[in-house]
Amino acid sequence: MNKIHEAFEGGKAFIPFFTCGDPNLETTKAAVKEAVAAGADLIELGIPFSDPTAEGPVIQSANIRALNGGVTTDKVFDMVRDLRKEISTPFVFMTYANVVYSYGAQKFISTCGEIGVDGIILPDLPFEEKDEFSPICEEYGVDLISMIAPTSDNRIAMIARQAKGFIYLVSSLGVTGVRNEIKTDLESIVAVIRQNTSVPCAIGFGISKPEQAKKMSDISDGAIVGSAIIKIIEEYKENAPKIVGEYVRTMKNAMR
Amino acid sequence: MAEKKGRFGVHGGQYIPETLMNAVIELEEAYNHYKDDPDFNKELKELLDEYAGRPSRLYYAEKMTKDLGGAKIYLKREDLNHTGSHKINNVLGQALLAKKMGKTRLIAETGAGQHGVATATAAALMGMECVVFMGEEDTKRQALNVYRMRLLGAEVIPVKSGTATLKDAVSEAMREWTSRISDTHYCLGSVMGPHPFPTIVRDFQAVISKEIKEQMLEKEGRLPDAVIACVGGGSNAIGTFYNFIEDTSVELIGCEAAGRGIDTFETAATINTGRLGIFHGMKSYFCQDKYGQIAPVYSISAGLDYPGIGPEHANLHDSGRAKYVPVTDDEAVEAFEYLSKTEGIIPAIESAHAVAYARKIAPQMDKDKIIVITISGRGDKDCAAIARYRGEDIYE
Repeated sequence: MNKIHEAFEGGKAFIPFFTCGDPNLETTKAAVKEAVAAGADLIELGIPFSDPTAEGPVIQSANIRALNGGVTTDKVFDMVRDLRKEISTPFVFMTYANVVYSYGAQKFISTCGEIGVDGIILPDLPFEEKDEFSPICEEYGVDLISMIAPTSDNRIAMIARQAKGFIYLVSSLGVTGVRNEIKTDLESIVAVIRQNTSVPCAIGFGISKPEQAKKMSDISDGAIVGSAIIKIIEEYKENAPKIVGEYVRTMKNAMR
Repeated sequence: MAEKKGRFGVHGGQYIPETLMNAVIELEEAYNHYKDDPDFNKELKELLDEYAGRPSRLYYAEKMTKDLGGAKIYLKREDLNHTGSHKINNVLGQALLAKKMGKTRLIAETGAGQHGVATATAAALMGMECVVFMGEEDTKRQALNVYRMRLLGAEVIPVKSGTATLKDAVSEAMREWTSRISDTHYCLGSVMGPHPFPTIVRDFQAVISKEIKEQMLEKEGRLPDAVIACVGGGSNAIGTFYNFIEDTSVELIGCEAAGRGIDTFETAATINTGRLGIFHGMKSYFCQDKYGQIAPVYSISAGLDYPGIGPEHANLHDSGRAKYVPVTDDEAVEAFEYLSKTEGIIPAIESAHAVAYARKIAPQMDKDKIIVITISGRGDKDCAAIARYRGEDIYE
């Protein structure tokens, strides 16, 4: 049964992102375990893609490092199978439409259901194209996560009404990456989302500091952090998991 | 499958981040409004005729015809347009549209630099800001065009990510567009990307086949038997094909860059070596590995060095209406030299791919057959690179 809702039941959700296989899958696995021990509520696992058009330089580099290290979709599936022996925290995949399409959507999504991946985030699959995968996702109980952006305006209600799992609210224009300041009027966007759905909403893009996580989770149901974690992994490599754990603890504590 | 927006058979669509959705919807609405607007079309026609130098010539290549000893060969001289390629046709249309939409800044990707130069030119003419993304690898092999763009007032940003070629320039232009939408139009240079770009670019390039048809009827009183163009993303090819799609007696032939050969990894021949996928906003054929990672393609031609093909071409391939053939670096370089020596016309190395294929088929055809080759651009930009290919270092 899909577990994404559990992530939002114990208060505000902290959602860390990892590029699987950066610098290797053992490190990703160790980092996920540390993050869960430190209080992460939902884990976003990135399957690397050669041309991640929604990512800033930090995550682009992580994708390249992972692919150069020989990571494949099948190896990521195996890693999840391993993790699922110890960890029951909800998992979602973040990747690009071609990774799913090329693997065979049926095969990819049914494997997600089988190994315990609860949702899929595809930044290059907007509302208009979601039928590409959503019927198959429904069949296997995997939530296809909807994204809402600062430019969504008149589209927010339409997207929110059909959202599954949680809504990924993009905090700012542009690509992923650490930002000093988030200027979007997110309160108004969240208000429209709330009027149209009871599905929770977490904010991502540009969040790195505890006070940002606090502020973002105050106006929504959670905070998603990617680039800041990838930077730690880039710097400390195999030694990163413990430091990631400490970082997650700090962020989670700020949100309580 | 039900007919969805912006689809060519199963291909096309709008596979882009939510952040860009309202931007492409706004673009589609503006385009639908202006495409039939008499004032807009009058203004565009004036720009095309007076500024870009249209119509371009349809030239009977008599020496080449005699030398090959088969079909009669005509060259559609897009190389004679202002800025030296067909790219200006699309750019003037999009820049004018962007201006009507109230945009003040154009961004573009470029491979060989021809689209970048055309965009920089239109921006200069219309008083708009211009930023061009170009793979770092391409800034080296097309240094002259980098200088031209800067001379025209554009900022050129070398893209270092990935293979540092055209696909990375497209990715970076898309990233830039998601970060700055309100004043910026992404002037996409080929019949690719999310809807409505494949349609808009095709409509602006369709002037090529419209003119070929008129000129051919005037000169020969009949339609050609085949039209041939090079294909990367496919803008000059779709421009060359479009008004002949209904005329089934006209064979439509696209020439893909095979690089070192379609049996090697150093190729950019998408139809011949790729498979169906989703990338850069569209469903189409892409060179990719079994996990869907986009392949690091290769061609001597920076303009054809792209791992995908426009969705309308993918559909013309599926239906069998057009055929797509691979042409290697060696064949293209030989054709580059051949056309220069035979007709005194130095074609772009991209266009030389089409010339190369014509050299193969013309001798097999009867003398009463007619083929048209679109010379999509001029080859001055390629001279240094071809000299290097032949082992000679020249300094510009």
